[in-house]
Amino acid sequence: MSDLGAHVVILGAGHAGGTAAALLRQYGHLGPVTLIGDEPLAPYQRPPLSKAWLKGEADADSLALKPLEFYAEHQIDFRPNTRAVKLARADKIVTLADGQTLTYDFLILATGARAIKLPVPGAELAGLLELRTAADAEALKAAVGPGKRLAVVGGGYIGLEVAASGRALGAEVVVIEREQRLLARVACESLSDFFRGVHEAHGVTFEMGASVTGFVGEDGQVTGVTLADGRTIACDAAVIGVGATPNDELAADCGLDTARGVVVDLEARTSDPSIFAIGDVAHRPMPIYDRMFRMESVPNALEQAKQAASAITGRPAPAGEVPWQWSDQYDLKLQIAGYAFDADEVLLRGDPASGKFAVFHLKGDQIQSVEAINSPPEFMMGKQLIGNRKPVSKAKLVDLSVSMKEVVA
Amino acid sequence: MAKITYIEHDGTEHVVDVKTGLTVMEGAVKNNIPGIDADCGGACACATCHVYVDEAWKDKTGESSAMEESMLDFAENVEPNSRLSCQIKVTDELEGLVVRMPESQH
Repeated sequence: MSDLGAHVVILGAGHAGGTAAALLRQYGHLGPVTLIGDEPLAPYQRPPLSKAWLKGEADADSLALKPLEFYAEHQIDFRPNTRAVKLARADKIVTLADGQTLTYDFLILATGARAIKLPVPGAELAGLLELRTAADAEALKAAVGPGKRLAVVGGGYIGLEVAASGRALGAEVVVIEREQRLLARVACESLSDFFRGVHEAHGVTFEMGASVTGFVGEDGQVTGVTLADGRTIACDAAVIGVGATPNDELAADCGLDTARGVVVDLEARTSDPSIFAIGDVAHRPMPIYDRMFRMESVPNALEQAKQAASAITGRPAPAGEVPWQWSDQYDLKLQIAGYAFDADEVLLRGDPASGKFAVFHLKGDQIQSVEAINSPPEFMMGKQLIGNRKPVSKAKLVDLSVSMKEVVA
Repeated sequence: MAKITYIEHDGTEHVVDVKTGLTVMEGAVKNNIPGIDADCGGACACATCHVYVDEAWKDKTGESSAMEESMLDFAENVEPNSRLSCQIKVTDELEGLVVRMPESQH
């Protein structure tokens, strides 16, 4: 079912929504495309916010997915600073916050996710920051600098990237993590230990196994983070990076299937054939792992934008991808492919002390995921092997004298 | 500003002016030219902005870094003149540059 003249309304102008709009035009869609975003900016890249942008190595122009003129030139009706508040599926009408209504033929939900807030006393103090948007990053940049004390709540990727950038800007940085190790949900122990060592070598301090019970302040400005053991960690600003939750309320309210995200099929279509959901908000099938889940990554946003734009314009669906993501901290390049679902063995290739190694998670003799530090061959080959499900020789995989091209069993 | 010609695998040509300081990848992406995916936005993390640089431009586009070489080594359809376009900075010297795209970036 494709109709190149259909009106496509995209709710959410992040990486997923912005890419879907551009791809619709690239794929020959002729009908009107309306792109609704609740930020003042046209679609931009979020990953640099915690890295190059925070350190002043990237500007607004380089963050933008497309130049602003692009949208008018390609007849994409981009509307910033507004959001959808209601969806009437029977009539295919979206109501915006300013009261305007739009009638769609196809709707793409690209509403993303929002940072989880800590339900503790003092959470309303100034100087408590999160990092989702360019505006958040602007506030953070203003709050860090030489001599400033920055508390980072949450030792996940966002928190660690902020810690690294904070140190680069000369701030004192303490990371407060609830678990006993960093990246506890996503990485194995050797990787957690490695990252902690690197950050400590750069002067970051850690409070592990520490529960935040509240924030204290003076004149409305945060001055400290209180912990369950009674201590207060003094700070001038705090960044909360404890995960995100999908913005799926609009979908749930109008009866679309949701499950911690909007449930979609392999072409990103929801339980309503006229509505798609892409990016952080989507709960999608991933055949190589034989399950459904929700991902928060740029490659996921791009892939699903391709799926939805392909379905709407009648193109064949893109070939299934291997999910992946990356993180930059100091001079480390971390590349991760796949997810360690059902893994029964963890193998280390290379020596963490060398600053260059990879961790493979295997299920039987198949690779489920790889975390590669400064090791592109391990990442690239691992990603291929996750996709093609070829068995690997474990003996070769841990042997650095055997090249990654030769590890197939 | 440099005029750059991007040639898709099927022969479709796109000639655009790209601001100096941007990368060859950004020149394609910001002009919505198909065939350069650039999933990672220029972090040299994905090898989805692979292009072939015409021989005549090899010197002017500079040397590739060890990281880039390493990524390219595992990309598909790699040739001796393969580059990751996110690692080529546009300068006035690149006026007239021609890059071709592989059949697929994945």
